[in-house]
Amino acid sequence: MTGNAYLQIALYLGALLLLAEPLGRYMANVYEGRVAFLNRFAAPVENRLYRLCGVNPAEEMRWTQYALAMLIFNLFGVLAVYVLQRVQAHLPLNPQGFPAVSPDSSFNTAVSFATNTNWQGYSGETTMSYLTQMAGLTVQNFVSAASGMAVLVAMIRGFARQSATTLGNFWVDLTRSTLYILLPLSLVLALALVGQGVVQTFSAYKTVPLLQPVRYQTAKLDATGRPVTNPSGASLAKNVVRKDQLIAVGPAASQVAIKELGTNGGGFFNANSAHPFENPTPFSNFLEMLALALIPAALCHTFGHMVGDRRQGWAIFAAMAIMLVALLAPVEHFEQAGNPLLTRIGVDQTASALQSGGNMEGKEVRFGVVNSALWATVTTATSNGSVNSMHDSFTPLGGMVPMWEMQLGEVVFGGVGSGLYGMLAFAMIAVFVAGLMIGRTPEYLGKKIQSFEMKMAALVILIPPLVILVGTAIAVMTAAGKAGVANPGPHGFSEILYAFSSAAANNGSAFAGLSADTPFYNTAIGLAILFGRYWLMVPVLAIAGALVEKKKVPVSAGTLPTHTPLFVALLIGTVVIVGALAFFPVLALGPIAEFLKMVAVH
Amino acid sequence: MWHHIKSGLAMLTVFTILTGLVYPAVVTGLAQTFFPRQANGSMILHGGKPVGSRLIGQPFSNPKYFWGRLSATSPYPYNAANSGGSNLGPSNPALVAEVTARVHALRAADPANTAPVPVDLATSSGSGLDPDISPAAAYYQAARVARVRHLNIGRVRRLISRHITGRQFGILGEPRVNVLELNLALGALH
Repeated sequence: MTGNAYLQIALYLGALLLLAEPLGRYMANVYEGRVAFLNRFAAPVENRLYRLCGVNPAEEMRWTQYALAMLIFNLFGVLAVYVLQRVQAHLPLNPQGFPAVSPDSSFNTAVSFATNTNWQGYSGETTMSYLTQMAGLTVQNFVSAASGMAVLVAMIRGFARQSATTLGNFWVDLTRSTLYILLPLSLVLALALVGQGVVQTFSAYKTVPLLQPVRYQTAKLDATGRPVTNPSGASLAKNVVRKDQLIAVGPAASQVAIKELGTNGGGFFNANSAHPFENPTPFSNFLEMLALALIPAALCHTFGHMVGDRRQGWAIFAAMAIMLVALLAPVEHFEQAGNPLLTRIGVDQTASALQSGGNMEGKEVRFGVVNSALWATVTTATSNGSVNSMHDSFTPLGGMVPMWEMQLGEVVFGGVGSGLYGMLAFAMIAVFVAGLMIGRTPEYLGKKIQSFEMKMAALVILIPPLVILVGTAIAVMTAAGKAGVANPGPHGFSEILYAFSSAAANNGSAFAGLSADTPFYNTAIGLAILFGRYWLMVPVLAIAGALVEKKKVPVSAGTLPTHTPLFVALLIGTVVIVGALAFFPVLALGPIAEFLKMVAVH
Repeated sequence: MWHHIKSGLAMLTVFTILTGLVYPAVVTGLAQTFFPRQANGSMILHGGKPVGSRLIGQPFSNPKYFWGRLSATSPYPYNAANSGGSNLGPSNPALVAEVTARVHALRAADPANTAPVPVDLATSSGSGLDPDISPAAAYYQAARVARVRHLNIGRVRRLISRHITGRQFGILGEPRVNVLELNLALGALH
């Protein structure tokens, strides 16, 4: 790695470190209704909104009520996005005249966006009308993120309150997350991105002349649009000369801003943030990368503030940050080292002042290897899943690390809300293991961790590996599953494994060679996404419901302090061991086998 | 249960209007007011007419032009209405075949140049629309373009160095050359 590479990475991590604490404090104040400015000017609007929706903001909910409200709201979200895609042809803001999306793809996309996953089986600029992108997908980008934040806040209240029964009001937490956190940040980021060159317009796609016309062959079609075949059944090709270029545009900046901030990740265009209109400059890339980890990082501090001990927030933040840096190093290393197969055919992959070098397949010149590897690490550490380079073309081990980050359960910052509640489940496992070792009842933040909480925490940790491994096994055993594979050998297996890891972890990135827009994958991945989201959210709320009823026990000599470097190490160890035990065998069949094969050829 | 259903429907309606219609409309209004050039695709204008976008690459295969990245878009390269990468895995023989074909095409167009090919010039971009190549990839092609166009190689190399965009703020990203702008400037050299 070059000196500049270290500088760019340090600048990024420094900015994240600097911004996370103040934003985290602000969010804690928002959830506790302590922001004077908002109470004065925004509260009247907020209260009118509640009246309009028949919500009593003072009404507190038990965990079952909270879960029910969240599930009902998310169900309506799925239905709305599904219907919108099916009827988009008859609605306005569809300048390219796109027809209805197929039922299985609509289901997959609806589930994917309502769960904050944003797996995309479709290609944005050839499928979705502007209205679907805005009123369907952008809306879910906001409210799915807000749902995750609400569930997290409920869990934090489970620790912060004692001898209580209720966890807050879902509608209030949802509304405040959206109005006071996501919306203002998105507005600012969207405008900054437009300034860098991200498009934002309702006009139809633009046509420009090509400096050099392009010749290509395409299948000959008859008047009804069917391919013309010769007598032996082969389809005929015709030569086409194209003198102009049709350029897709649209209201992209408004969607790109929230796709990063809400750890959603669904691109306006197919190429996501590799597309120059979604991510035109190194600075837009920096802002988007910062946005995609900002709220998950800040929520650690929100947690610290809300439980009344800021060191607890710092400890969790430290564990996440250390893991992020440790995971980044191999990705940067293997991508910069390049592809040995290409060196042999006369390709120069060495870094110099005039080129970034390294494995540039699927990467953009303006970002180079450094920012592509950094993005890939951060987008899979958080559950964002947007990409600025194609992970399918990463080197075997450079691509394995992002996959493993998702398999760790998306707890290295993770999704907005979901990352931290997943990590708190790991923290409970960690104190439980430590408690067993020293022979004490485990407690976390003064709450005794007993059998019910442990069972729920175990569910949170074991369901994602179960969904990933069973899903992958079914796909590799069926013809429909194997049909989607694009690359031969172990890499093809990695494509399937990556897809189910991404779905169950609600990440949404892909080894995109996999042809996933088929009834089999749309359905299987759609189900994996649903299990990966709600089979975790409900146990998390159940934990919160159990904790909130407990009294806080005073700190004693037998209490394991949970803000020390020792606990940070214990927490990291727990995450890594669970992730390694569950996934090492399956990773050996995919990326590790591919790596060994390439080294052998070399 | 029933009141959750009523509130849920109402909440979704309110947020659909607010974040799905009002928010994108406000961003569009502000964008079109303050950044009209960027918001509409950063078009390069010649005599008031767009001749391309400075952010979207175009396909070049004629030896008289600088060539850009390979593009995997379908059905033709640099199809800006259907972006995407090749998604070829690192050990896929198809990747090696594609890169080999590009290396051979570059060598055939300039047999005198036996230097190794800069990697970005022999690989596909992630978007299929990458407007840039590395300065190394531009200099690699200078001799060919100068010979075909009967230009002094020094002039071509100077043109390239004038078109290098450095790292943003001196730190971010990588140095690069916009291929379409460079080729448009070549035309103006004659």
